[in-house]
Amino acid sequence: MTSYFNEMYHDQAVRPPYARLQNWVQSMPAELRQMKQAEAEALFRRIGITFAVYGEGGDPDRLIPFDMFPRVFSGAEWSRLERGIKQRARALNAFLVDVYGRGEIVRAGRIPGRLVYQNEAYEKAVVGIVPPKGVYSHIVGIDLVRTGPDDFFVLEDNCRTPSGVSYMLENREIMMRMFPDIFRENRIEPVEQYPAALRRTLASVAPQKCDREPTVVILTPGHFNSAYYEHSFLADLMGVELVEGQDLFVEGEFVFMRTTEGPKRVDVIYRRIDDAFIDPLCFRPDSMLGIPGLMDVYRSGGVAICSAPGAGVADDKAVYTYVPEMIRFYLGEEPLLQNVPTWQCGKADDLKYVLEHLAELVVKEVHGSGGYGMLVGPKSTKDQVENFRARILADPGNYIAQPTLALSTTPTFVEEGVAPRHVDLRPYCLVGERIELVPGGLTRVALTEGSLVVNSSQGGGVKDTWVLAE
Amino acid sequence: MRLIVDHVTHYRYDLPVRAVVQSHRLTPSLFDGQRVIRWKISVSDGQMGGGFRDGAGDWVQGWTVLGPVSGIKVHVEGEVETTDLTGMLRGHRETVPPLTYLHHTLPTRADMALAKLGEGLEDTTDSLGVAHELSRRVADAIHYRPGVTHNNTTAAEALALGEGVCQDHAHALIAVARHVGIPARYVSGYLHTDGDGTMQEAAHAWAELHVDGFGWVGFDPANRCCPDDRYIRLGSGLDAQDAAPIRGSARGLGEESLDVTVSVQTQQ
Amino acid sequence: MLSRTADNLYWIARNIERAETTARFLEVGARIALLPSAAGYRNEWDSLLRASGTADGFAKKYGDPVQRNIESYLFFDYDNPSSVANCITRARENGRIVRTALTTQVWDALNTAFQELRQLERTPRSQLDLSRLTEWTMRHAAMVRGAIDATLLRNDGWDFLNLGYYLERADNTARLMDVKYYVLLPRVEYVGSGLDNYQWTTLLRAMSSHRAFHWAYGGEVTAGKIAHFLILNPQCPRSLITSIQGMNTHLDRLGRGYHRSSTAQGNARSLLAQLAEMRVEDVFEEGLHEFLSRFIGEVAQLGVVIHNSYLNGDVR
Repeated sequence: MTSYFNEMYHDQAVRPPYARLQNWVQSMPAELRQMKQAEAEALFRRIGITFAVYGEGGDPDRLIPFDMFPRVFSGAEWSRLERGIKQRARALNAFLVDVYGRGEIVRAGRIPGRLVYQNEAYEKAVVGIVPPKGVYSHIVGIDLVRTGPDDFFVLEDNCRTPSGVSYMLENREIMMRMFPDIFRENRIEPVEQYPAALRRTLASVAPQKCDREPTVVILTPGHFNSAYYEHSFLADLMGVELVEGQDLFVEGEFVFMRTTEGPKRVDVIYRRIDDAFIDPLCFRPDSMLGIPGLMDVYRSGGVAICSAPGAGVADDKAVYTYVPEMIRFYLGEEPLLQNVPTWQCGKADDLKYVLEHLAELVVKEVHGSGGYGMLVGPKSTKDQVENFRARILADPGNYIAQPTLALSTTPTFVEEGVAPRHVDLRPYCLVGERIELVPGGLTRVALTEGSLVVNSSQGGGVKDTWVLAE
Repeated sequence: MRLIVDHVTHYRYDLPVRAVVQSHRLTPSLFDGQRVIRWKISVSDGQMGGGFRDGAGDWVQGWTVLGPVSGIKVHVEGEVETTDLTGMLRGHRETVPPLTYLHHTLPTRADMALAKLGEGLEDTTDSLGVAHELSRRVADAIHYRPGVTHNNTTAAEALALGEGVCQDHAHALIAVARHVGIPARYVSGYLHTDGDGTMQEAAHAWAELHVDGFGWVGFDPANRCCPDDRYIRLGSGLDAQDAAPIRGSARGLGEESLDVTVSVQTQQ
Repeated sequence: MLSRTADNLYWIARNIERAETTARFLEVGARIALLPSAAGYRNEWDSLLRASGTADGFAKKYGDPVQRNIESYLFFDYDNPSSVANCITRARENGRIVRTALTTQVWDALNTAFQELRQLERTPRSQLDLSRLTEWTMRHAAMVRGAIDATLLRNDGWDFLNLGYYLERADNTARLMDVKYYVLLPRVEYVGSGLDNYQWTTLLRAMSSHRAFHWAYGGEVTAGKIAHFLILNPQCPRSLITSIQGMNTHLDRLGRGYHRSSTAQGNARSLLAQLAEMRVEDVFEEGLHEFLSRFIGEVAQLGVVIHNSYLNGDVR
């Protein structure tokens, strides 16, 4: 039986960051809790925050369960995480500038060229282009898990357009509305500055040709997209227009939006559309979502696109293995956050090990997401393991394997009261002229007892995440 | 050789369209084999947009036309001094790593038949020889015949048909080369054919393979040769669409029809 | 503001107003059908479908105008672009697209109408009588309108919403009046008879205006008074002149806000001038149907001009 680190109760004591919550939860009668839970749900429905996170698809009107028991970090814990996250975000961006430029890291033999240049996410079209301020990934979502008081691991990096940040904001908003008292008792770092910080970050990467206060827009695939709510929520809080491809057009050297008062120039596009769809003249010609000619304007310095096209090559699961190498290579530092040891089934030795230890490992598809196409060895039946073995053998290069991590738990409201449930964390690091990290992030929780899968499509929920002020 | 190019593309719309946006790769490449004496691109009622040299060394130029318009004329005229480098792309500045050209695209995906076309060369150490052999095999397998294939025909389809035009030859050679691990790309440009330089209906296309020790080398299976001083190179890409001299899009309901004339003459 | 945002706001209003009008059509039809008539009720329902511009679609799907089918077609049928269900669903979708341009109250009103519609659709038809359906529609239309008036910022978005309302209303009032023309068509000798007056009264009722009419005019109901009321009286909330006046107000506001005038502004102004100088005698001289047809055409043209002046995204 694996033992799991409980973030609240450890060594028969309540860990300090949770000290005040002990009283709060003990003094809350069951009826009040149920009432508050119903209230929270009604609030979520009311504001319409019903969408799938992490590109999981599914019913857009589905509500993701919100657990009212907060997840808490001490200031000291957070500052350590913060340094590690910023370090990683810097290295990932340095890597992107490098592989679209001179490719020093490949020349130095620190990462195999085929992994980078033959990667599906490597965009030939932006080779030689240095985006404004040398930033490719402006919002880096780094998925973290914890296994002990001092042990954090990075599960994966999201360099394109990590979603879910609206949950971070709404979870806090709802907690403050429902439990103002605990916010008075605990000194909790605010997160509400995120939209302003995001706007600042985006404005700071305006293109060379922009000689005035930059106009920023959010580009959405449209109102049928499962994350449409998040797009419109962010646009609203940032005070910028939410546009679809059809609202923008290229004329001469610039991009404009169609307004009731005529064309208005756009300088920075925060896009929530994949590379393949943003410009039919450069990528998929059948794309109806994009803006014809956008890439020509981008590449000649007339507009900034965030994340920059091509950023995806840094968050591939196979490239992930080399992030610690990137940190050493570009920053000359030792990584502050550890990677999960990863076996690449494409390598013969690794494959051998994986097949021998299948029942103990977690196996994932290189390009998979959302907790699908994955095997959790210890939680699977013999048949499932054997089935998966056949799938790996059919296409080994498509799979990586990792040890089953003993994900930490935090107390969570369940039917019977309070019980430990496994959690992960996604903080959102902003990279522009400066690197900023809002204290907190999105905590996802596996609501099913014993489950290690936190994805909302498979019984996951979300929690408010606190960082205590020192 | 001095080559004089006159290339006109007429776009017509049965209903006026509100705007047109185009991205051009219509400027001769900079390398030792060609020197531009004069070159002019014009787009009727067009506004020149952003232009830049991309990582593959091509000059890419955006254009927009504000409607309503029922037709657009893209006119390329110029004169280039060419030198026969037996297909070598010497002195060309580019930064895209050759490995990138191992990416598969839909028209250049190798099926069983294409894979088979590349067999039996594993033990050959002469990589330039391998490239020539592949080009020869493609030329043998696909006979030049206009009108049987179209813009979206894949290499596999052309091979099954056994017939096609320069686009199909180039796609097939690219597919086979990538399959055996040789980076390969599609090149678009002009070709001066013997005789009086009569009007042709399309520009020309061929393939380039990245050969160890030589760098990028051009192969034109359609004409069973390597590009020489009769060729003008404009740009490259993973396949025909990626390397297209003109990519465009019109806003409006008008159905587009196209009319192309190309003339490449030697200076008398 | 984004042209697409403006367009969606404009269509929220048009769709809601159209849903309400379709419900009014149903009510007029049901009342007229209760009367003995020379041509039979079929003919009256047919006139109604023709006036609402849905006759062809209906004939294709159902053939003969049977009341029950007409009710289904006008209220529930998604094949009918003007059905109440279609209009409400579309209005809610327009609202979802521009959610950030709306207040919570307006969104709530749209969303509630939509959710209740879903329930109505699941209710057996035997439990739904016509008056319940028409009242339901008018209540929700009023709630949306009220939320807009009470809570929305008076910016250009508000102008586009109102333009949608007034344009749709002008068109719909004209069409409702035209129903009367179609019903009367077969026998000219009915003019001035008890039947004629009853029909006019029904029309007023359907526009929730018969009390207002009596306050304003008193005495006998005559075609002249009613035409004056519905076309030329600026006190009547649904009259053509009120609608055109409203469009002028909002186009002028836009012109001031944007520091530029538009073709739409000019067109609306001349349409208003035309109505302002008109006497009810002029209307009858031209022929009520002829006048209404011309007016419907001019309003449609104004819609096209508004689209080109602000909404189509090609504004320079």
